[in-house]
Amino acid sequence: MACVGWAAVPARAQAPPANLDWAQLYGPFTGGATPTPERVRVVTPRLADNGLSVPLAVRVESPMTEGDHVRRVVLLSNRNPRPMIAEFELGPWSAKADVATRVRLNGSQEVMALVQTSDGRWWRGTAEVEVTESACMDAS
Amino acid sequence: MLARIQVTSPVRRGQAMEVRLLLQHPMETGFRYDFSGSSIAKNVIHSISAEYGGRVVFRARMGSGVAANPLLHFWVRPVQSGDIRVSWEDDQGVQGQVSARVEVLPA
Repeated sequence: MACVGWAAVPARAQAPPANLDWAQLYGPFTGGATPTPERVRVVTPRLADNGLSVPLAVRVESPMTEGDHVRRVVLLSNRNPRPMIAEFELGPWSAKADVATRVRLNGSQEVMALVQTSDGRWWRGTAEVEVTESACMDAS
Repeated sequence: MLARIQVTSPVRRGQAMEVRLLLQHPMETGFRYDFSGSSIAKNVIHSISAEYGGRVVFRARMGSGVAANPLLHFWVRPVQSGDIRVSWEDDQGVQGQVSARVEVLPA
């Protein structure tokens, strides 16, 4: 199993798997546009003991009115075997652009929240999470 | 399937209402093997939607990146007293539903 193998090899003997490129991950959503790194806050513990369940909240500065609200929130990971963690649809009836859940993380990485507002623009926020025990999701 | 839902209720009109949802589900990734060495099929709750006041107020699509026993917090603007109904489906086609009563007081 992946976890056992990793623990047995001394550090640096085996190169860690390369993280995926962010632009390739958000490209299909934004249509190639680069999301603005503003308004979005990803709240996670800086150090997660166990990657199997990491609390994660996405908070977006938005009045959530008919004319200006958050439409979509996409959670991306650049190290999980499936980078798309989850996608949420909100609207002006959501009162607050604030969603929280618990995620699996396959090792220390940056987690990104990609947010689309009602004017069609994309925003992003990231959080660095140090995972001491990974979720071991690799088939390797 | 066991499920729990909690809402801020009673709530005053104009305030925000928090909805907390906890579902019992293994959220099987498809990357694990059982004792006989055969792989365990991926089985996750792939979609959840919440209906309140005659419209869908929240929708989630999830993959294997969501932890087992998915927990979701989201907010809804209270409009009128009624039920908030949450329904979901997993990869094996198993569906579930849970609802909570929302009591809305005048502002």
